[in-house]
Amino acid sequence: MMRDTIILRVVVKLLLPVILLFALYVQFHGDYGPGGGFQAGVAAAAAIILYGMVFGVMAARKVVPQRVVHTLIPLGVLIFAGTGVAGLLLGANYLDYSPFGSHAEAGQHLGILIVEIGVFVTVSSTMLAIFYAFGGRAEDALAGDPLAGDGDGE
Amino acid sequence: MEQLINMVLLTLLALITIGIIRVRNLFAVVVLAGAYSFLMASVMMVLDAVDVAMTEAAVGAGISTVLALGALHLTKTEEAAPRFSAILPLFVAVGTGAMLIYGTWELPGFGLADTPMNTGVGLDYLDRSMAETGIPNVVTSVLASYRGYDTLGETVVIFTGGIGVLILLTAVRRRRRLAGDRDKGSAP
Repeated sequence: MMRDTIILRVVVKLLLPVILLFALYVQFHGDYGPGGGFQAGVAAAAAIILYGMVFGVMAARKVVPQRVVHTLIPLGVLIFAGTGVAGLLLGANYLDYSPFGSHAEAGQHLGILIVEIGVFVTVSSTMLAIFYAFGGRAEDALAGDPLAGDGDGE
Repeated sequence: MEQLINMVLLTLLALITIGIIRVRNLFAVVVLAGAYSFLMASVMMVLDAVDVAMTEAAVGAGISTVLALGALHLTKTEEAAPRFSAILPLFVAVGTGAMLIYGTWELPGFGLADTPMNTGVGLDYLDRSMAETGIPNVVTSVLASYRGYDTLGETVVIFTGGIGVLILLTAVRRRRRLAGDRDKGSAP
Protein backbone atom coordinates (compact mmCIF):
# COMPACT_ATOMS: atom_id res chain seq x y z
CA MET A 1 0.00 0.00 0.00
CA MET A 2 2.65 2.53 1.01
CA ARG A 3 5.73 0.47 0.33
CA ASP A 4 7.77 3.34 -1.12
CA THR A 5 7.79 5.63 1.90
CA ILE A 6 11.11 4.99 3.62
CA ILE A 7 10.40 7.17 6.68
CA LEU A 8 7.17 5.31 7.36
CA ARG A 9 8.88 1.94 6.96
CA VAL A 10 11.72 2.75 9.34
CA VAL A 11 9.47 4.38 11.95
CA VAL A 12 7.00 1.48 11.83
CA LYS A 13 9.79 -1.06 12.26
CA LEU A 14 11.01 0.85 15.30
CA LEU A 15 7.51 1.21 16.74
CA LEU A 16 6.35 -2.40 16.29
CA PRO A 17 8.24 -3.97 19.24
CA VAL A 18 7.23 -1.06 21.47
CA ILE A 19 3.53 -1.49 20.61
CA LEU A 20 3.65 -5.25 21.14
CA LEU A 21 5.48 -4.83 24.44
CA PHE A 22 2.92 -2.23 25.51
CA ALA A 23 0.13 -4.67 24.63
CA LEU A 24 1.71 -7.33 26.84
CA TYR A 25 2.16 -4.75 29.62
CA VAL A 26 -1.52 -3.75 29.38
CA GLN A 27 -2.49 -7.44 29.38
CA PHE A 28 -0.52 -8.59 32.40
CA HIS A 29 -0.55 -5.34 34.37
CA GLY A 30 -4.36 -5.17 34.11
CA ASP A 31 -4.59 -6.56 37.65
CA TYR A 32 -2.75 -3.55 39.05
CA GLY A 33 -3.49 -0.67 36.68
CA PRO A 34 -5.85 0.19 33.86
CA GLY A 35 -6.04 -2.40 31.14
CA GLY A 36 -6.97 -6.00 30.48
CA GLY A 37 -7.67 -8.44 27.69
CA PHE A 38 -9.85 -6.14 25.57
CA GLN A 39 -7.43 -3.21 25.44
CA ALA A 40 -4.35 -5.41 25.09
CA GLY A 41 -5.98 -7.44 22.31
CA VAL A 42 -6.78 -4.31 20.34
CA ALA A 43 -3.26 -2.93 20.86
CA ALA A 44 -1.62 -6.16 19.68
CA ALA A 45 -3.90 -6.33 16.65
CA ALA A 46 -3.11 -2.66 15.93
CA ALA A 47 0.60 -3.49 15.73
CA ILE A 48 0.05 -6.15 13.06
CA ILE A 49 -2.49 -3.94 11.24
CA LEU A 50 0.05 -1.08 11.17
CA TYR A 51 2.60 -3.49 9.70
CA GLY A 52 0.03 -4.63 7.14
CA MET A 53 -0.85 -1.07 6.16
CA VAL A 54 2.75 -0.09 5.48
CA PHE A 55 4.22 -3.33 4.11
CA GLY A 56 1.08 -4.75 2.49
CA VAL A 57 -1.49 -7.24 3.71
CA MET A 58 0.45 -10.11 2.13
CA ALA A 59 3.48 -9.36 4.34
CA ALA A 60 1.27 -9.26 7.43
CA ARG A 61 -0.30 -12.57 6.40
CA LYS A 62 3.20 -14.07 6.37
CA VAL A 63 3.79 -12.92 9.96
CA VAL A 64 0.40 -14.06 11.25
CA PRO A 65 -1.18 -16.47 8.74
CA GLN A 66 -4.89 -16.12 8.13
CA ARG A 67 -5.47 -19.78 9.04
CA VAL A 68 -3.93 -19.19 12.49
CA VAL A 69 -6.08 -16.09 13.00
CA HIS A 70 -9.25 -17.99 12.09
CA THR A 71 -8.32 -20.74 14.57
CA LEU A 72 -7.59 -18.25 17.34
CA ILE A 73 -11.03 -16.55 17.18
CA PRO A 74 -12.97 -19.49 18.66
CA LEU A 75 -9.97 -20.60 20.76
CA GLY A 76 -10.23 -17.53 22.99
CA VAL A 77 -13.92 -18.16 23.67
CA LEU A 78 -13.08 -21.82 24.38
CA ILE A 79 -10.37 -20.79 26.89
CA PHE A 80 -12.87 -18.54 28.66
CA ALA A 81 -15.75 -21.02 28.66
CA GLY A 82 -13.38 -23.92 29.42
CA THR A 83 -12.12 -22.12 32.54
CA GLY A 84 -15.72 -22.12 33.76
CA VAL A 85 -16.10 -25.83 33.02
CA ALA A 86 -12.83 -26.54 34.83
CA GLY A 87 -14.26 -24.79 37.88
CA LEU A 88 -17.39 -26.96 37.61
CA LEU A 89 -15.29 -30.14 37.46
CA LEU A 90 -13.35 -29.06 40.55
CA GLY A 91 -16.59 -28.74 42.47
CA ALA A 92 -17.29 -24.99 42.37
CA ASN A 93 -19.85 -22.90 40.46
CA TYR A 94 -19.42 -22.08 36.77
CA LEU A 95 -16.76 -19.32 36.38
CA ASP A 96 -15.83 -19.55 40.07
CA TYR A 97 -12.02 -19.65 40.08
CA SER A 98 -11.52 -20.34 43.79
CA PRO A 99 -10.55 -24.06 43.49
CA PHE A 100 -7.67 -23.33 41.05
CA GLY A 101 -5.22 -22.32 43.78
CA SER A 102 -4.10 -23.57 47.16
CA HIS A 103 -6.48 -21.01 48.68
CA ALA A 104 -9.39 -19.01 47.24
CA GLU A 105 -7.43 -15.79 46.68
CA ALA A 106 -4.68 -17.48 44.64
CA GLY A 107 -7.32 -19.36 42.65
CA GLN A 108 -9.17 -16.15 41.81
CA HIS A 109 -5.91 -14.50 40.73
CA LEU A 110 -5.00 -17.39 38.44
CA GLY A 111 -8.53 -17.69 37.03
CA ILE A 112 -8.71 -13.98 36.17
CA LEU A 113 -5.32 -14.23 34.43
CA ILE A 114 -6.47 -17.19 32.28
CA VAL A 115 -9.81 -15.60 31.44
CA GLU A 116 -8.10 -12.36 30.40
CA ILE A 117 -5.84 -14.36 28.07
CA GLY A 118 -8.97 -15.86 26.49
CA VAL A 119 -10.39 -12.37 25.93
CA PHE A 120 -7.05 -11.20 24.48
CA VAL A 121 -6.90 -14.11 22.01
CA THR A 122 -10.45 -13.62 20.70
CA VAL A 123 -10.32 -9.81 20.50
CA SER A 124 -6.93 -9.56 18.79
CA SER A 125 -7.64 -12.32 16.27
CA THR A 126 -11.11 -10.97 15.43
CA MET A 127 -9.70 -7.50 14.72
CA LEU A 128 -6.96 -9.01 12.57
CA ALA A 129 -9.38 -11.27 10.68
CA ILE A 130 -11.65 -8.33 9.82
CA PHE A 131 -8.62 -6.31 8.69
CA TYR A 132 -7.43 -9.20 6.50
CA ALA A 133 -10.90 -9.53 4.98
CA PHE A 134 -11.06 -5.79 4.16
CA GLY A 135 -7.41 -5.45 3.21
CA GLY A 136 -7.47 -8.53 0.99
CA ARG A 137 -10.32 -7.09 -1.04
CA ALA A 138 -8.62 -3.72 -1.22
CA GLU A 139 -5.39 -5.28 -2.55
CA ASP A 140 -7.38 -7.26 -5.12
CA ALA A 141 -9.02 -4.02 -6.23
CA LEU A 142 -5.60 -2.34 -6.49
CA ALA A 143 -4.23 -5.21 -8.53
CA GLY A 144 -7.02 -4.69 -11.03
CA ASP A 145 -8.77 -7.94 -10.16
CA PRO A 146 -12.19 -7.57 -11.78
CA LEU A 147 -13.65 -9.99 -9.22
CA ALA A 148 -12.89 -7.74 -6.27
CA GLY A 149 -15.43 -5.18 -5.23
CA ASP A 150 -14.57 -1.78 -6.62
CA GLY A 151 -17.78 -0.04 -5.69
CA ASP A 152 -18.77 0.90 -9.24
CA GLY A 153 -19.31 -2.34 -11.09
CA GLU A 154 -21.66 -3.98 -8.57
CA MET B 1 -9.88 23.52 36.44
CA GLU B 2 -11.57 20.20 35.78
CA GLN B 3 -14.73 22.03 34.76
CA LEU B 4 -12.74 24.20 32.34
CA ILE B 5 -11.13 21.10 30.74
CA ASN B 6 -14.54 19.46 30.44
CA MET B 7 -16.04 22.56 28.81
CA VAL B 8 -13.21 22.80 26.28
CA LEU B 9 -13.45 19.07 25.45
CA LEU B 10 -17.24 19.08 25.11
CA THR B 11 -17.18 22.24 22.95
CA LEU B 12 -14.65 20.59 20.66
CA LEU B 13 -16.85 17.46 20.56
CA ALA B 14 -19.83 19.55 19.46
CA LEU B 15 -17.76 21.33 16.80
CA ILE B 16 -16.46 18.01 15.44
CA THR B 17 -20.00 16.59 15.35
CA ILE B 18 -21.16 19.57 13.28
CA GLY B 19 -18.13 19.02 11.06
CA ILE B 20 -18.99 15.33 10.58
CA ILE B 21 -22.53 16.29 9.56
CA ARG B 22 -21.47 19.10 7.20
CA VAL B 23 -18.48 17.53 5.43
CA ARG B 24 -19.27 15.50 2.31
CA ASN B 25 -15.79 14.00 1.84
CA LEU B 26 -15.91 10.62 3.61
CA PHE B 27 -12.14 10.52 4.15
CA ALA B 28 -12.41 13.72 6.19
CA VAL B 29 -15.40 12.25 8.05
CA VAL B 30 -13.36 9.18 9.07
CA VAL B 31 -10.50 11.35 10.34
CA LEU B 32 -12.96 13.59 12.23
CA ALA B 33 -14.60 10.51 13.79
CA GLY B 34 -11.15 9.40 14.98
CA ALA B 35 -10.57 12.82 16.56
CA TYR B 36 -14.04 12.56 18.15
CA SER B 37 -13.06 9.25 19.76
CA PHE B 38 -9.81 10.67 21.11
CA LEU B 39 -11.68 13.64 22.64
CA MET B 40 -14.20 11.22 24.13
CA ALA B 41 -11.31 9.21 25.60
CA SER B 42 -9.99 12.44 27.15
CA VAL B 43 -13.42 13.12 28.68
CA MET B 44 -13.32 9.60 30.18
CA MET B 45 -9.85 10.37 31.58
CA VAL B 46 -11.18 13.50 33.28
CA LEU B 47 -13.97 11.37 34.77
CA ASP B 48 -11.27 8.99 36.16
CA ALA B 49 -12.56 6.08 34.03
CA VAL B 50 -9.11 5.14 32.75
CA ASP B 51 -10.06 1.64 31.58
CA VAL B 52 -12.92 3.02 29.47
CA ALA B 53 -10.67 5.78 28.11
CA MET B 54 -8.10 3.22 27.01
CA THR B 55 -10.71 1.11 25.23
CA GLU B 56 -12.25 4.16 23.55
CA ALA B 57 -8.87 5.36 22.30
CA ALA B 58 -7.84 1.91 21.03
CA VAL B 59 -11.13 0.77 19.49
CA GLY B 60 -12.82 4.06 18.58
CA ALA B 61 -9.84 6.03 17.34
CA GLY B 62 -7.61 3.14 16.24
CA ILE B 63 -9.38 0.09 14.88
CA SER B 64 -12.60 1.81 13.72
CA THR B 65 -10.60 4.36 11.75
CA VAL B 66 -8.54 1.66 10.05
CA LEU B 67 -11.63 -0.42 9.18
CA ALA B 68 -13.53 2.63 7.91
CA LEU B 69 -10.54 3.57 5.74
CA GLY B 70 -10.39 -0.01 4.47
CA ALA B 71 -14.07 0.18 3.56
CA LEU B 72 -13.53 3.57 1.88
CA HIS B 73 -10.83 1.98 -0.25
CA LEU B 74 -13.54 -0.23 -1.77
CA THR B 75 -16.10 2.50 -2.38
CA LYS B 76 -16.26 6.15 -3.42
CA THR B 77 -14.88 8.75 -1.04
CA GLU B 78 -17.58 11.32 -1.73
CA GLU B 79 -20.88 11.07 0.10
CA ALA B 80 -23.93 10.94 -2.20
CA ALA B 81 -26.28 13.92 -1.98
CA PRO B 82 -29.25 13.19 0.31
CA ARG B 83 -32.34 12.14 -1.62
CA PHE B 84 -34.90 13.11 1.00
CA SER B 85 -35.45 16.22 3.03
CA ALA B 86 -33.72 16.21 6.42
CA ILE B 87 -36.69 17.58 8.36
CA LEU B 88 -38.04 14.25 9.72
CA PRO B 89 -34.59 12.91 10.81
CA LEU B 90 -33.86 16.30 12.39
CA PHE B 91 -37.16 16.14 14.29
CA VAL B 92 -36.40 12.59 15.53
CA ALA B 93 -32.84 13.54 16.57
CA VAL B 94 -33.90 16.70 18.40
CA GLY B 95 -36.77 14.81 20.09
CA THR B 96 -34.48 12.00 21.27
CA GLY B 97 -31.87 14.50 22.44
CA ALA B 98 -34.47 16.48 24.38
CA MET B 99 -35.72 13.30 26.06
CA LEU B 100 -32.15 12.29 27.01
CA ILE B 101 -31.45 15.73 28.51
CA TYR B 102 -34.75 15.52 30.39
CA GLY B 103 -33.59 12.13 31.72
CA THR B 104 -30.34 13.59 33.09
CA TRP B 105 -32.32 15.93 35.40
CA GLU B 106 -33.17 12.95 37.59
CA LEU B 107 -29.58 11.67 37.77
CA PRO B 108 -27.70 12.21 41.06
CA GLY B 109 -24.78 14.64 41.03
CA PHE B 110 -21.40 13.33 39.82
CA GLY B 111 -19.31 11.68 42.54
CA LEU B 112 -21.89 11.94 45.36
CA ALA B 113 -21.36 9.29 48.06
CA ASP B 114 -25.00 8.53 48.91
CA THR B 115 -26.16 7.53 45.42
CA PRO B 116 -27.43 4.00 44.63
CA MET B 117 -24.29 3.07 42.66
CA ASN B 118 -21.97 4.19 45.46
CA THR B 119 -23.83 2.61 48.39
CA GLY B 120 -25.08 -0.79 47.21
CA VAL B 121 -23.19 -3.46 45.35
CA GLY B 122 -20.43 -1.07 44.21
CA LEU B 123 -19.28 -0.43 47.76
CA ASP B 124 -19.51 -4.15 48.43
CA TYR B 125 -17.10 -4.90 45.57
CA LEU B 126 -14.65 -2.25 46.80
CA ASP B 127 -14.71 -3.77 50.28
CA ARG B 128 -14.40 -7.41 49.27
CA SER B 129 -12.25 -7.34 46.13
CA MET B 130 -8.81 -7.06 47.76
CA ALA B 131 -9.49 -9.76 50.36
CA GLU B 132 -11.17 -12.21 47.99
CA THR B 133 -9.11 -11.84 44.81
CA GLY B 134 -5.96 -10.00 45.88
CA ILE B 135 -6.25 -7.72 42.83
CA PRO B 136 -5.85 -3.97 43.48
CA ASN B 137 -7.65 -2.90 40.28
CA VAL B 138 -11.29 -3.50 41.21
CA VAL B 139 -12.35 -2.92 37.58
CA THR B 140 -10.44 -6.07 36.59
CA SER B 141 -11.74 -8.20 39.45
CA VAL B 142 -15.35 -7.14 38.80
CA LEU B 143 -14.96 -7.65 35.06
CA ALA B 144 -13.31 -11.06 35.14
CA SER B 145 -14.52 -12.62 38.39
CA TYR B 146 -17.63 -11.08 39.98
CA ARG B 147 -19.18 -10.36 36.60
CA GLY B 148 -17.52 -13.23 34.72
CA TYR B 149 -20.74 -14.17 32.96
CA ASP B 150 -21.06 -10.67 31.46
CA THR B 151 -17.49 -10.74 30.20
CA LEU B 152 -17.94 -14.22 28.74
CA GLY B 153 -21.02 -12.85 26.98
CA GLU B 154 -19.02 -9.88 25.64
CA THR B 155 -16.32 -12.19 24.33
CA VAL B 156 -18.95 -14.32 22.60
CA VAL B 157 -20.44 -11.13 21.10
CA ILE B 158 -17.05 -10.18 19.64
CA PHE B 159 -16.65 -13.76 18.36
CA THR B 160 -20.10 -13.69 16.76
CA GLY B 161 -19.53 -10.25 15.25
CA GLY B 162 -16.18 -11.30 13.80
CA ILE B 163 -17.61 -14.48 12.32
CA GLY B 164 -20.53 -12.51 10.83
CA VAL B 165 -18.23 -9.99 9.15
CA LEU B 166 -15.98 -12.77 7.86
CA ILE B 167 -18.92 -14.67 6.36
CA LEU B 168 -20.23 -11.51 4.68
CA LEU B 169 -16.85 -10.42 3.31
CA THR B 170 -15.29 -13.73 2.28
CA ALA B 171 -18.35 -15.69 1.14
CA VAL B 172 -19.36 -13.07 -1.44
CA ARG B 173 -15.79 -12.93 -2.70
CA ARG B 174 -15.47 -16.73 -3.00
CA ARG B 175 -18.82 -17.08 -4.76
CA ARG B 176 -17.89 -14.38 -7.25
CA ARG B 177 -14.50 -16.00 -7.81
CA LEU B 178 -16.17 -19.36 -8.45
CA ALA B 179 -18.58 -17.73 -10.88
CA GLY B 180 -15.61 -16.08 -12.62
CA ASP B 181 -13.80 -19.43 -12.97
CA ARG B 182 -16.90 -21.00 -14.43
CA ASP B 183 -17.18 -18.21 -17.02
CA LYS B 184 -13.61 -18.90 -18.11
CA GLY B 185 -14.43 -22.59 -18.37
CA SER B 186 -11.75 -23.65 -15.89
CA ALA B 187 -14.14 -24.93 -13.24
CA PRO B 188 -15.05 -28.61 -13.32
